[in-house]
Amino acid sequence: MIRIDGVSKCYGDTVALDGLSLDIDAGGTTVLIGPSGCGKSTLLRCLLGLVQAERGEICFGGRRLQDHDLLTLRRRIGYVVQQGGLFPHLDARSNVTLVAAWLGWSSERIAARLDELLALTRLPAAAMVRFPAELSGGQQQRVSLMRALMLDPDYLLLDEPLGALDPMIRHDLQIELRDIFGRLGKTVVLVTHDLHEAAWLADRIVLMRAGRVVQQGRLDELIRAPAEPFVEAFIRAQRSPLDSLAEPH
Amino acid sequence: MRWLGALLLLALPVGGPAQTVTIGSKNFTENVILGELLRQLLVDAGMEARHQAALGGTRLVFNALAAGEIDAYVEYSGTLAREIFAAEAPASDTALSELLAARGIVLAGPLGFENNYALGMREPRAAELDIRKISDLRRHPDLVFRFGNEFMERADGWPGLRAAYGLPQTDVQGIDHDLAYRALAAGDADLTDLYTTDAEIEYYGLRSLVDDRQYFPRYAAVLLYRRDLAARQPAAVTALQSILGRLDETTVRRMNAAVKIAGRSEAEVAADFLHGPGRTGLAVPGLWQRVAQRSAEHLLLVAVSLTAAVLIALPLGIVAARRPRLGQFVLGLTGIAQTVPALALLVVMVPLFGIGAGPALVALFLYALLPIVRNTHAGLSGIDPAVRESALALGLPDAYRLRRIELPLALPTILAGIKTAAVINVGGATLGALVGAGGYGQPILAGIRLDDTGLILEGALPAAGLALAVQWAFDAAERRCLPPGLRRRSGARSPGRGTS
Ligand SMILES: Nc1ncnc2c1ncn2[C@@H]1O[C@H](COP(=O)(O)OP(=O)(O)O)[C@@H](O)[C@H]1O
Ligand SMILES: [Mg+2]
Repeated sequence: MIRIDGVSKCYGDTVALDGLSLDIDAGGTTVLIGPSGCGKSTLLRCLLGLVQAERGEICFGGRRLQDHDLLTLRRRIGYVVQQGGLFPHLDARSNVTLVAAWLGWSSERIAARLDELLALTRLPAAAMVRFPAELSGGQQQRVSLMRALMLDPDYLLLDEPLGALDPMIRHDLQIELRDIFGRLGKTVVLVTHDLHEAAWLADRIVLMRAGRVVQQGRLDELIRAPAEPFVEAFIRAQRSPLDSLAEPH
Repeated sequence: MRWLGALLLLALPVGGPAQTVTIGSKNFTENVILGELLRQLLVDAGMEARHQAALGGTRLVFNALAAGEIDAYVEYSGTLAREIFAAEAPASDTALSELLAARGIVLAGPLGFENNYALGMREPRAAELDIRKISDLRRHPDLVFRFGNEFMERADGWPGLRAAYGLPQTDVQGIDHDLAYRALAAGDADLTDLYTTDAEIEYYGLRSLVDDRQYFPRYAAVLLYRRDLAARQPAAVTALQSILGRLDETTVRRMNAAVKIAGRSEAEVAADFLHGPGRTGLAVPGLWQRVAQRSAEHLLLVAVSLTAAVLIALPLGIVAARRPRLGQFVLGLTGIAQTVPALALLVVMVPLFGIGAGPALVALFLYALLPIVRNTHAGLSGIDPAVRESALALGLPDAYRLRRIELPLALPTILAGIKTAAVINVGGATLGALVGAGGYGQPILAGIRLDDTGLILEGALPAAGLALAVQWAFDAAERRCLPPGLRRRSGARSPGRGTS
């Protein structure tokens, strides 16, 4: 369980987070959604301690972030950055196993964990000897996910993991991701700007705007009882013209 | 990074045994020949001896002797009395010896010849006008005088001479001394100043006019050595003293001509004097031997300064990338060293580090810092933020992240910086010869001094070759050090698109 209480963060004059409060329950998938620049990535960075909030408090499992040993905490959190962020000079296998190797895991343990993750992400073992530049976009995202999951973390943070992919692949991966999240039972926080993706993956959607939470709940709750006109406008803007065409007359 | 280890090996001290006696010389041919003579005397007597040839001007070489950087050299009595001890103005040889003794220096005695100022005219012209003595010049007010710039300006040069003899000539100008000889040969001038041992006297057929009013001071060549040499190496002092009184003016003029006009090396000419022509008891190093020795000296200068620069600049660059504020400061500071002209930097280093390889190494080290610091900083700062953030979020400690992720990614840029520094240093090290550091600059300087293009090329060509070789070696290393994932990038599909 993660508690975020009144967190603010500014970059110069830009307010990225504006006293944001949010509780993230253990075991579910929370999707952060909102227009570009509303502070979604900044919030994830605050959770990892990559960015220090100026005000407010973040607690993991009842303990304040600053009371945790940051490196240990980070190893309990899997993180997939917005652009994948694979290390271009290491092959896929080294990308995934870097931390485990540093922690001194035995090669048998590393190999066993790799097999599990390959099965989970449905990646061929042959892809492990390739360098990131030799992998397709979808494969790169699978490797990023394997790297995030290698240490079997309690939390999984994903920042627009499918953002750069073609629509078809994206669709396949959305299905797989939901399956994976369901099987893992971890506390997942996923950022997207796509309402369909949010609706498909989320146990709970958190709609943000200008560094604050506007409304949270399931999609049908957001549609039925919008907290502000902005919620309605955001949902309307994301309705695909295809939906209205496909609707029965 | 295996080449770094190799560099370190190269950098190990290679100085000779502690008993080596070091001879110095001033930067003109005669003094270099004499320095070479002294060195060979020591070698003949079975000692280790080194000759720091053409170290610099009077001040620099004298100070080197006083500081113990060299053990002995040949100076001229007039220079000692009027230039080095101008303030004390010693009135006698005894007074001069006492001044020297106070600095731990022994005036061993005269070598037997004087190298005085004199005035010279072409023999036919002097005969035509019947000029034998300087005072004869008063009868010919239309004569054209062309003096070396130094003689023109020194108070005891032309101004004093004119007053002493009451000379009436008005067409008098200072020009480069070598050009003065040529003007004389071409008939554009009638008279110039010369030294009585100048090789050119015979070459241009000059008559040296008698100083009938004894205006010019006497510049007797004398041997100076450090008093402590007698305690350290008594045999060396005995060997050096054996030259006293053995050289007359004609012999020295012939030796000067053999180098300046016949183009022989100072070492050969000195060996001929000691052992008779053609029976050189010493192996005078041949072209390849000379080039090999210069190469070793040059490489050592470059390797040591570059290694030290890498060891200091790399951490500085890392700190600069980690702390932007401090980084600006560090980059600014190393930038300052770069803006100081190389020559000025070298000269500033001499009082701090003496002569020889020391000041050259420090100057080259300072020069090499900036490109390496700047490129290390740029390489680390240029890493894709998503990659850097991923590494941070993995919970890896700082040093491990640096070693496994950031440095390998920045390596091509860092290597390019080291390459730039190395190429700059190969060129810069040629200036090291100005302060006695040896290397390819030595034949270049000697070639300029002797107006000998072959000698200049003997230094310039290997220097250019070495610069190219260094460039090539680093290009090869760059290709090999490029992380494999980056190497194939050009041929690979662009990341982020494609099918899964
Ligand atoms: N490192 C930074 N420096 C300056 N401004 C930043 C930085 N990171 C984010 N911002 C600004 O903070 C705001 C929130 O950014 P971000 O959290 O990336 O939004 P989102 O992920 O929702 O698109 C934006 O206005 C962005 O321009
Ligand atoms: Mg973002």
